[in-house]
Amino acid sequence: MTFVEYKMLNPFQRFAYNFKKFFKSIPGAFGRFFSACGRGIKKFILGIGKGFKNYGLTFVKGDWATKLSYLIFGVGDLHKGKTYKGILFFLVELLYAFYMVFFGWYWFKDFFTLGTRETYTTYDDFGFPQVHAGDESMKILLYSTLTIVISVIVFIVYIANIKDAYRHQIMRQNGEKPTTLKQDAQEFLDGKYHITLLSFPVLMIGIFNILPLIFMILIAFTNYSKEHFTLFDWVGLQNFGQLFDVINSNKKATTFMGIAGWTLIWAIVATFSNYILGMVVALMINKKGIKLKSLWRTLFVITIAVPQFVSLLLMNQMLQENGAVNILLGHLFNGGESMGIKFLTDDVWTARITVMVVNCWVGIPYTILSMSGILMNIPEDLYESARIDGASPVKTFTAITLPYMIFVTTPQLITQFVGNINNFNVIFLLSGGYPCNVAV
Amino acid sequence: MIKSYKARRIISNTLIYIILAIMCLIWVSPFAYLLLHSFRGEGYVTVNYLIPHEFTFKNYIDLFLGTGGDASINFPRWFLNTLVVAIFSCVISTISVLAVSYSLSRLRFGARKKLMNVGMILGMFPGFMTMIAMYYLLDAMHLTRTLVALVICYSCGAGLGFQISKGFFDTIPRALDEAATIDGANKNQIFWKIILPMSKPIVVYTVLTSFIGPWCDFILAKIIMGDDRANYTVAIGLQAMTTNEFIQAYYKQYLAGSVCVAVPITILFLRMQKYYVEGVTAGGVKG
Repeated sequence: MTFVEYKMLNPFQRFAYNFKKFFKSIPGAFGRFFSACGRGIKKFILGIGKGFKNYGLTFVKGDWATKLSYLIFGVGDLHKGKTYKGILFFLVELLYAFYMVFFGWYWFKDFFTLGTRETYTTYDDFGFPQVHAGDESMKILLYSTLTIVISVIVFIVYIANIKDAYRHQIMRQNGEKPTTLKQDAQEFLDGKYHITLLSFPVLMIGIFNILPLIFMILIAFTNYSKEHFTLFDWVGLQNFGQLFDVINSNKKATTFMGIAGWTLIWAIVATFSNYILGMVVALMINKKGIKLKSLWRTLFVITIAVPQFVSLLLMNQMLQENGAVNILLGHLFNGGESMGIKFLTDDVWTARITVMVVNCWVGIPYTILSMSGILMNIPEDLYESARIDGASPVKTFTAITLPYMIFVTTPQLITQFVGNINNFNVIFLLSGGYPCNVAV
Repeated sequence: MIKSYKARRIISNTLIYIILAIMCLIWVSPFAYLLLHSFRGEGYVTVNYLIPHEFTFKNYIDLFLGTGGDASINFPRWFLNTLVVAIFSCVISTISVLAVSYSLSRLRFGARKKLMNVGMILGMFPGFMTMIAMYYLLDAMHLTRTLVALVICYSCGAGLGFQISKGFFDTIPRALDEAATIDGANKNQIFWKIILPMSKPIVVYTVLTSFIGPWCDFILAKIIMGDDRANYTVAIGLQAMTTNEFIQAYYKQYLAGSVCVAVPITILFLRMQKYYVEGVTAGGVKG
């Protein structure tokens, strides 16, 4: 179907056409997905094979110094006159050896059992308790993860060392001289500038983001719990089995499903209510003929500027049984008596709706702020030509403003949705997570 | 026809003014309540009327002199703690964010796409998922309950928030880099002497967000500090004031403290609002 033919259809036919197209495309999409997976795996395996081949070939072709680099880091570089790099490589190996001997291996040897000795207490001849410390699985897991990460890094350095040794061997065969320290330093400010810039942030992220993440993912495969606090063990996929075991109404499964369902509802409602309402308000503020634009915007923006915990704790206080909101409602509807509505403590759905409304109060100004910027950026000539063509204000809105805004703000919408799934502050500071809807 | 059009516009505009006025009232009134009651002289916790009868500065004076009955409630100390943490983590985060976003935006190297994808994926994990592991890690370094730990926590993941400033750097024309290269500048000089001076909005935006972060974070600080009240930041300190243990004696001081935190941050934010909007919209267009 051509574009013109499509445009000639009425909305229902268009919907039917798109509907059919969507379902027709599903098998193809699945096929593409799996073939892409297959290609990825094939590429990965081939890559490993190539790595091994290069590893062997370099060893065969290498001279004695390159061959020795397979055991002692940096020998090849030292032999070819690249002294500082050779020393650095060697230092890495030395430090790694020290680390493994004095620290790493001690913890890593228990990685597969996570410790076997229980902590127990005996009483000596005088009746004093003597605590015999056993293994602490948590520490074993943490330091083992650290050891694994460090080992992977050292392995990469090891491969780099071999490659570098071989490269310098080839350079010597061709009669070239290795670059000096000064030249290399220059290179790190120019051609390899990304390494200079990225190494510090990547190191920080590696230690304090990726390492904890691996650690937490590993914990999901253990039976760490109140009963197994210091000494726990690998249990494989048992936790996941229990989590989705809805048929036997496992307590973990019902709790998780309840929470997951509510989280999804929360994320959808919170994101879209903020987005749509914020857009409406932004349009009202930016409408032609509305005066004091910056005043309105500033008043809303105050909510963003005030730290969230201040405004949320304040809201929490105001929504108490005898807080300001109840007093205000009492003045308006109850002749001065406080209404005594338990917004956050009594009923699950009252609390949920309250949290969503308060979230609107917190979140709409963000949308207003970014939307106003975008609205001001829409080129005026688009509207002008639309007016000349006789488009009504509604038509200009649906055909120009809305598509433009949705196009620009889609990435923001996605990050907001993810942010709302992971939202902790709003609910915790408002209600402390109460009232509980699941029996613990 | 024209008359009716004009009349219609007046009606719709009046309607919009009314709606905006009501909404602004709803949005601002909690803060008005906070401000009014932080000067309240009478009563302890809440009172059953909206406007206080008696105005006094006593709450603020008590807050800063620490005369409330409990020595562990020390607001000036908390304020100083937060300021120190905010300054250090602001410096480290700004450097990280600018370095990462600049190299991902304007330098070309093999792992660029891969690093960007990894960054996106890591950004999807909630920050508090790694909190327990982070606690153990910092414990192993003997850093828990110190301000250094907080600085590390707030600035370590900063590099992952590169998207917005990367979007901004993407909009700067490449011709500038090329011209500078022809004139003999290396990448380092291009970064410091050409791109950074042009990127004032995004630098201000990054500095601002990373400076405000520590003032607003609650849960990480709570986990790291535990019950060591001397090292609290304002967020957990003020929250501690509203717990059952202290709320009777400290409720009004808590309101005063909230004002003391909110006012500087608000002024800072309003002054920088222009940069914020520029940063968000410029970064948002390219995703």
